[in-house]
Amino acid sequence: MTAATLERGSDAVTPEIERKIQRLNDNCAHYLDNQLLDEWTELFLEDGRYIVHPRECRDAGLEGYWLYLDSRKMMRDRAVSLKKVNIYDIHYERRFVSNIVVTGYKDSAWLVRANYMIIHTDNEGHSKLYSAGEYADQIVEESGCFSFRERIVIVDTFTVPTLLSTPI
Amino acid sequence: MPQSTPLVWEDPTFRSIPYQVHVDPDLFALEHDRIFRGPFWHYLGLETEIKNPGDFITTYVGTIPVVLTRGIDGELNAFVNRCAHRGAKVVRELRGNCKVHTCIYHQWSYDQTGKLKGVPYRRGINGNGGYPETFNPEDHGLEVLRVESYAGVVFGTFAHEIEAVPDFMGPDVKRRFDKLCGRPLRVTGYQRQSVRGNWKLYVENLKDCYHGALLHAFNSKFGMFRTSQRGSTRMAKDGLHCILTTYGKRDENIGDTYKNISTYRSELQLEDPQVVEYFEEHDDGMVSTVLSLFPTMVLAQIANHLGLRHIRPKSVDEFELVWINFDYEDDSDERRNIRRKQGNLLGPGGYLSMEDAEALEIVHKTLEVGGGKGSAYVEMGGAEIGDQDHLVTEAPVRGFWRGYCKAMSIPVAESAAAKKGAGA
Repeated sequence: MTAATLERGSDAVTPEIERKIQRLNDNCAHYLDNQLLDEWTELFLEDGRYIVHPRECRDAGLEGYWLYLDSRKMMRDRAVSLKKVNIYDIHYERRFVSNIVVTGYKDSAWLVRANYMIIHTDNEGHSKLYSAGEYADQIVEESGCFSFRERIVIVDTFTVPTLLSTPI
Repeated sequence: MPQSTPLVWEDPTFRSIPYQVHVDPDLFALEHDRIFRGPFWHYLGLETEIKNPGDFITTYVGTIPVVLTRGIDGELNAFVNRCAHRGAKVVRELRGNCKVHTCIYHQWSYDQTGKLKGVPYRRGINGNGGYPETFNPEDHGLEVLRVESYAGVVFGTFAHEIEAVPDFMGPDVKRRFDKLCGRPLRVTGYQRQSVRGNWKLYVENLKDCYHGALLHAFNSKFGMFRTSQRGSTRMAKDGLHCILTTYGKRDENIGDTYKNISTYRSELQLEDPQVVEYFEEHDDGMVSTVLSLFPTMVLAQIANHLGLRHIRPKSVDEFELVWINFDYEDDSDERRNIRRKQGNLLGPGGYLSMEDAEALEIVHKTLEVGGGKGSAYVEMGGAEIGDQDHLVTEAPVRGFWRGYCKAMSIPVAESAAAKKGAGA
C-alpha cells in the first residue's frame, strides 16, 4: 500500500498522525545523540523489537543481525552495558532523519520508513560519516502515545567504521 | 633479486616486540610476497556459500582480490580477480551465480576456472585490426590458486607445491575444525568492520589471553564467568596457529549461573538473560574456543555462538574484519534461536567484542610516533613460549612472533643479555 492510496482509505494518514510520527523519530534521534539510552528504550513497547540488519545480509536473504533485541528489557540491558561495562571510542553523535513516509497500516500499526545518516565526531573534533541507511518501523498508538512496536535498521554502511556501540 | 628484510629482531626471547612490525610499509610489502604469496593456505570461503555450479563469492588473499567459484563440474576454483587484458576487476559483485565472468571494460570473458574464453574483435573487423595469429587465449587466463577444502572450509594458495591443508593445520587444529565444522554448516550472516590499525595487531589480540577479562568486562560484571575457569593454549606451525580454550565445570556454565541467579551475586544483572541462555554442546566441558589459523583466519565458538572471522589487510595502517556467522543445518529451531540471541555478544557491536577495535586503534595511533621506534613488552608468563594449561600468559604472543620471523625470514639477533634471560 502506498501513502497515496492510504490517504483515500479508512486509515487515512492525517497531518496529526504524521506530526506524531515525526516527533517520535525526532525524540529517538535526540535521545540517542545525547546518550539518553533509558529514554530511548521508553520509545518501544515492552515486547518491542529493535533489530539492526546490514544491507548485505538483507540482499542475500540472510538474517545476519548485528543487534537483535526483542524486548524492552534487552534494550535496557544494552543501555546498562554501554553505560557501565563496555568500552568504546569517545565520540559525539548526530543523527539526521529524513524522508519519513507512511507506507501502510497493518495489525494496528503504521508502517513507516525513513532515511537516516549518522555523523560521528571524535574527541579531537574530527567529524565523519559513520552510517547511512533506512529505518523500517512499525509504530503503534496507545492512549495517544506513539511507540515503536518494531524498528528494523537496514544499514547501507555494512562495513562498520571501527565498532558499533550506541544503537543506530 | 630478493627483497631485503627491513628489520633485525633484537630480542631472541620475543618478550620485546618492535613497534616497527605494525607501521613499516616496507614490511607490509614484504608480507605480500612472503606470506600472502608464500607457502601458506589462505581462507577463501565456505563450501555452503557456493553450493551450486556457477556460484561464486569474492574475497581477498592479503590485498589480492580473489574469486572463489564452483565450476559446472562441481569442482572448486579460485582465481585472481584482475583481468588479463587491462587489469580491471572482472567480478564486481560480492556473490552470485553465472556461467561466464565478463570484464565490463572490453568484455574479455572467463569461465569459472579463470580460463579466457572470449575476446571481442579477436580476428578484427572487415579484415582490419584484431589480434595477431600468434595470440593464444590459453596464455591469457586469470592467475589461478591451488584450492583445497577441509570440513567444508575452502582454502587457496599461490604456493602450488606446499603440503595439504590438514598437514598445514596440524593435529590439534584439525581436531578443532572437525569439532566445530564436522556437520553441514549454514551461514546465518556477515558482519564487517574496518579498523585503523595493522592487521597483525588483531592476530596478536587473538592470542592474547591477558586482555580477555580485563578489556571485555561484560562476563565478569554480569556474573557469567568465575575466575576459577580453566583454560589452555595450544600452538601449531611454529606458533603461527593458536587455539585458546576455556572450560567450565558443569555447574559453572553461564546458563546455570543465570538459572541460579538468586544465589549468585554479581555487580550487575541482566533483566532479560536470553542473550546468555546456553546449552552444553561439548562433552569435554569446552565453553569457548578461539582458533587463529595463520595468517588471517579465525574459527571461534563463544558459548553457543559459532563463527569464522577473516582478517583482510588493506594497508599497513588498516584492516577489515569480516565475521561469517553460522549454525548447523540440523540445528533445532530452539538452538538456532539461542545462537541468534547470543549474536548480540559478538561482532563489531557485541558485548564481548566491541572493545577490541578501540584498543587496537589507540595502540596503532601511538605506534606511528617516531616512525615505529620503541617496542612492546610482553613478559606475562616469563619467557615461556610453549603450550600452557592456564590463560595467565602471553606465551602465544611470543610464539607467534617467533613463527612470524621464520615465515618472513627476519634475522633474529643473539645477545648475551638475551641468552642470559632465556636461560633463567
